[in-house]
Amino acid sequence: MLWDGQMPPKFGVEKVSNPEDHQGTRRDFIYYATAGAGAVITGAAVWPLVNQMNPSADVLALASIRVDVSGVEPGMQLTVLWQGKPVFIRHRTGAEIEAAKAQDAEADTFIDPLARNGNVAETADASDANRVMPSPEGEGAGAWIVQMGVCTHLGCVPLGDGAGDFGGWFCPCHGSHYDLAGRIRKGPAPQNLEVPPARWTDNTTIELG
Amino acid sequence: MGGIPHDHYEPKSGIEKWVDSRLPVIGLLYDTLMIPTPKNLNWMWIWGIVLTFTLALQIITGIVLVMHYTPHVDMAFASVEHIMRDVNGGHMIRYFHMNGASLFFVAVYAHMFRGLYYGSYKAPREITWIIGMLIFLLMMGTAFMGYVLPWGQMSFHGTAVITGLFGAIPFIGEALQTWLLGASAVGQPALNRFFSLHYLLPFVIAGLVIVHIWAFHTTGNNNPTGVEVRRTSKADAEKDTLPFWPYFVIKDLFALAVILAVFMAVVGFMPNYLGHPDNYVEANALVTPSHIVPEWYFLPFYAILRAFDNTVWVVIFAEWISFGIIDAKFFGVLAMFGAIAVMALVPWLDTSSVRSGRYRPMFKWWFAVLVVDFVVLMWAGAMPAEGIYPIIALIGATYWFAYFLVILPLLGVIEKPMTPPATIEDDFNAHYGSKAASGETVASPAE
Repeated sequence: MLWDGQMPPKFGVEKVSNPEDHQGTRRDFIYYATAGAGAVITGAAVWPLVNQMNPSADVLALASIRVDVSGVEPGMQLTVLWQGKPVFIRHRTGAEIEAAKAQDAEADTFIDPLARNGNVAETADASDANRVMPSPEGEGAGAWIVQMGVCTHLGCVPLGDGAGDFGGWFCPCHGSHYDLAGRIRKGPAPQNLEVPPARWTDNTTIELG
Repeated sequence: MGGIPHDHYEPKSGIEKWVDSRLPVIGLLYDTLMIPTPKNLNWMWIWGIVLTFTLALQIITGIVLVMHYTPHVDMAFASVEHIMRDVNGGHMIRYFHMNGASLFFVAVYAHMFRGLYYGSYKAPREITWIIGMLIFLLMMGTAFMGYVLPWGQMSFHGTAVITGLFGAIPFIGEALQTWLLGASAVGQPALNRFFSLHYLLPFVIAGLVIVHIWAFHTTGNNNPTGVEVRRTSKADAEKDTLPFWPYFVIKDLFALAVILAVFMAVVGFMPNYLGHPDNYVEANALVTPSHIVPEWYFLPFYAILRAFDNTVWVVIFAEWISFGIIDAKFFGVLAMFGAIAVMALVPWLDTSSVRSGRYRPMFKWWFAVLVVDFVVLMWAGAMPAEGIYPIIALIGATYWFAYFLVILPLLGVIEKPMTPPATIEDDFNAHYGSKAASGETVASPAE
């Protein structure tokens, strides 16, 4: 017999989907299931292609380094490379420590009120005491300050040795001024220079990382 | 293909018929080459050919350079020096490629400002314009990644700055930057992937160029009057147009020859004039060059990036209204990308009923100021971020946004434009005398 326009008998309420008919049919379900499976498969295929660009295992293998600072006299700054980025290790003079503490009084003008120090609490304020390294035995507080040499604006390496309007560091790329405790005071950078995890392993060696 | 009535290709010989019935490629090339083109096009309509030539030049010299280049942090700088000193003719090939990037941007900026003046972006050519803006973005990405490959000081620290732009995006920025670099800092993963993409993207650009040409071959070229070609009949269309070959091809090739003479002089006599000496110092993560400047073609946008620091009231306001999510750094990034985005949106921002700036007495002046503004921004971007320069950059950036977001929409309402000529033919005859006006066809040199 030729097709008479009637659907063949099937189970339940199913019928061919039709624009007038808003009830779900088995065919609709198959469309959604196919589209859904397609989306999942596409995602599963694309994700490895995206993820391969994330840092590889050897890059992630967090290397900590030890830095001998015995030769760094007060007023000197050592710049070392750690995880591909420069780290400033500054041995401050007595006058610099005094000036940095004096700058604490200007806290209400700080652009970034947080210490940004990986070694203290996340909410600690940006006082000089919260930014510096604990001093090794026999040395006054605040003598050592260790921070990433990476401008928090767009990642240039700031100039040190009293550069800028606040006697600390100055980023030549876009004009960010940091004070003697590495706090951002003027310019486009949003945060104080980051202080990396650091500790003394003996009186003359700093371990980073 | 296009809506302008014209003769289409008819295969004549047996072999042509054989090919055409299997793959109509000869007809496609014929119709593309013989496309009716408004006969009043002026010298600002030559940049398309210059750009096509430059893309080919960059791809060919680039493929050759890759035969000698090594994308490794320890060897990249040395391999470029190897190209410069040891490879036969290598220094010239590299200088062509280096300065080719500058030629590319000279031509693209001329091409874009041509479009902005004559209203080439206006309906029905919005898609042509948008595709063009995509090509421009890809060009900037490609040029940036290419600049990283020699692994000089500017390459390295420029990369740190530019990828830092993505780091400024709230919440996801840091993860995104790490993903782009493949590490927490610029290094081997970044160099390797930028090399891969620098090789790929020019071919994507080539594909988009074909779409760009397809789009404006569908709508027909704009022209200095902004008046459309008559499509009422083939005879009318022929009064307004001439076929692209040979009339415009020969004209464009002449212009290309003149431009290449200047280009050759730059490549031959002052190949490093547009570069930075710092990039002949091998990359060193510990020292940022005292003055980081991008290549000249990025300077206007770089100036806009730097213009918005936390002393500008809009930045302070944005930070306050967004509860600190949009800080000065992110605002600068938004401004830089926004400066390009407003250009992409210009088909919908320009409300004037008249297309060409030639018939818009007030628009002309605002447009002239925009061109000056672009040059001033370029200059301000090259200057250190101190003293008067950030203020100049801020004024320049403000005008850039004001032009697209305020002046163009308002001008359409308050300006009383002049009446453009009724047809392209009228405009042409007004310039080229009565001979054509009396009904004779324009004598071409061949006749």
